[in-house]
Amino acid sequence: MPRIPRSKLARIAAIIVLTVAITALVIGLGSRKNLQPKHYVQLILDGFRGGSIYALMALGYVTVYTVTGIINFAQGEFVMLGALISISVYNMPLPLPPAARLVVAVGSSILLTTLIGIIVERVAIYPARLSPTVTLIIITIGVTITLRASALLIWGADPYVLPAFSTLVLEDHIFRFGGVTLQAQSLWIWGTLAVVLVLLYVFLEHTITGKALRACAVNRRAAQLVGINPSRMSMLSFGLAAALGAIGGIVMGPVTRPIYDMGLMLGLRGFVAAILGGLVSAPGAVVGGLLLGVVENIAAGVTNPTYKSVVAFVIMIGILLLRPQGIIGRGETGGEQ
Amino acid sequence: MLRLEGVNTYYGRIQALRDVSLTVAEGEIVAVIGPNGAGKTTLMNTISALAPARSGTIAFDGQAIAGLSPERIVRLGISQVPERRQIFGSMTVQENLILGAYHRYRRDGRQQIERDLEFVFEIFPRLKDRVKQKAGTLSGGEQQMLALGRAWMAKPRLLMMDEPSLGLAPLLVKEIFRVSGELRDRGTTILRVEQNARAALELADRAYVMESGRVVLEGTASTLASDARVQTAFLGRTGE
Repeated sequence: MPRIPRSKLARIAAIIVLTVAITALVIGLGSRKNLQPKHYVQLILDGFRGGSIYALMALGYVTVYTVTGIINFAQGEFVMLGALISISVYNMPLPLPPAARLVVAVGSSILLTTLIGIIVERVAIYPARLSPTVTLIIITIGVTITLRASALLIWGADPYVLPAFSTLVLEDHIFRFGGVTLQAQSLWIWGTLAVVLVLLYVFLEHTITGKALRACAVNRRAAQLVGINPSRMSMLSFGLAAALGAIGGIVMGPVTRPIYDMGLMLGLRGFVAAILGGLVSAPGAVVGGLLLGVVENIAAGVTNPTYKSVVAFVIMIGILLLRPQGIIGRGETGGEQ
Repeated sequence: MLRLEGVNTYYGRIQALRDVSLTVAEGEIVAVIGPNGAGKTTLMNTISALAPARSGTIAFDGQAIAGLSPERIVRLGISQVPERRQIFGSMTVQENLILGAYHRYRRDGRQQIERDLEFVFEIFPRLKDRVKQKAGTLSGGEQQMLALGRAWMAKPRLLMMDEPSLGLAPLLVKEIFRVSGELRDRGTTILRVEQNARAALELADRAYVMESGRVVLEGTASTLASDARVQTAFLGRTGE
């Protein structure tokens, strides 16, 4: 079997060759469909929109994984819950103007989903915390099925829609630049991602609880020795992951049609984004999410939209085979010194 | 202050501590010496509740503490400088030290913690120069200072040190020992595990010798230092 080149020069050469080959392939395929530069800009913009959601999900995966060692496959269900709960609350006949209803819907959806995340940890993970990690991961698959089935009972099998945030109706405001269009909801999505990143940074770097969470991720044993309770941190990480998922679900509510089983495909894409970033790095997760969104969208744009979901899986297989440590960063793992 | 009676600890089916009894009085420096695998680290982890005792009693200030969680033990005032330091490598020196004070952070408030940080920097000026540096980039000696500083930040009444001199240059070993003496003078009781028996005995009041999970000898440090068995086994002297 040919060995993957290790030396720096060979690696740079390989990257250049790959980039050129992929670009040529993309342009070649695109020219068959008569794609203009503006079409590519459009594909990239839309890719960043989906990618922002993947980034939020990937952050959820990374949070739980670094603190507990568990790959929480229920992450996609948190997104589904966030989206559907916000729609249900928004549609409740509250005596409030639509904008206030939206705020209430967003707030209660985040709170409720966070609570569900915490309950999931207490009910499903905590009692089994001494089991091997593989067992815990399988438990999260069980949680996934339970949440999805409950959602089917509550919301039925039909998709819902949340009105666009700016217009509060289904038709969103659209900006046009040349031939490129941009929905106002995309700006909400990017803005939300930016705000979440800032808040997350402040929490992790500048509060004692955030530092404790990181300490638990770096070295669990040492964290116990300074009086940090890892089981509480595990609970916190699930709550945080659920909140991140819910936020993603809410902001994408107006651009997709949320449905009880949306968590499956989204969850897998978020997972691919997380492993693109190496699974242990928050910045990696964000870059991985955005990258996946763009690559997926371009690939679908130059070929056929039905291939969109294939892209994530091809990337996943490629990464797990060739660079299991992720393509961003050196894939440092936490753990003992 | 600390009393262990008939403590047995297992790792799975392997017994690591056999009927261990030991006491540490307030203000003492007590050393535990013995070869690799004698159960010294297990002893510390049993007291810290990382490796809980299966049977026997552990009392701190007369209160039974066996069965409490590691977090509770820290809050009661027992802190450990673990073997191989176990610092948070990807976090800064300052973050490591602040996390040491985790259990009292809310109670004591930011200002008190800052004052305690200043004290750590006073005893280890080298840490002050590296306050924003990632702990993993420190030298072995600095990491040991950091581990000691972090444990001290918990404001323990009993400080347990596991092989603080392991892998350090003699000068740094001296430094670490000087500081543990200083901490004792400020009222911290110290239980220290060492393979380096000579150095450990020099600075301790009393000592225990462990072998295959048991305490085989105990006495004042000076008696043990002149004990023929200790000399042959640990101090590298042939019995002339």
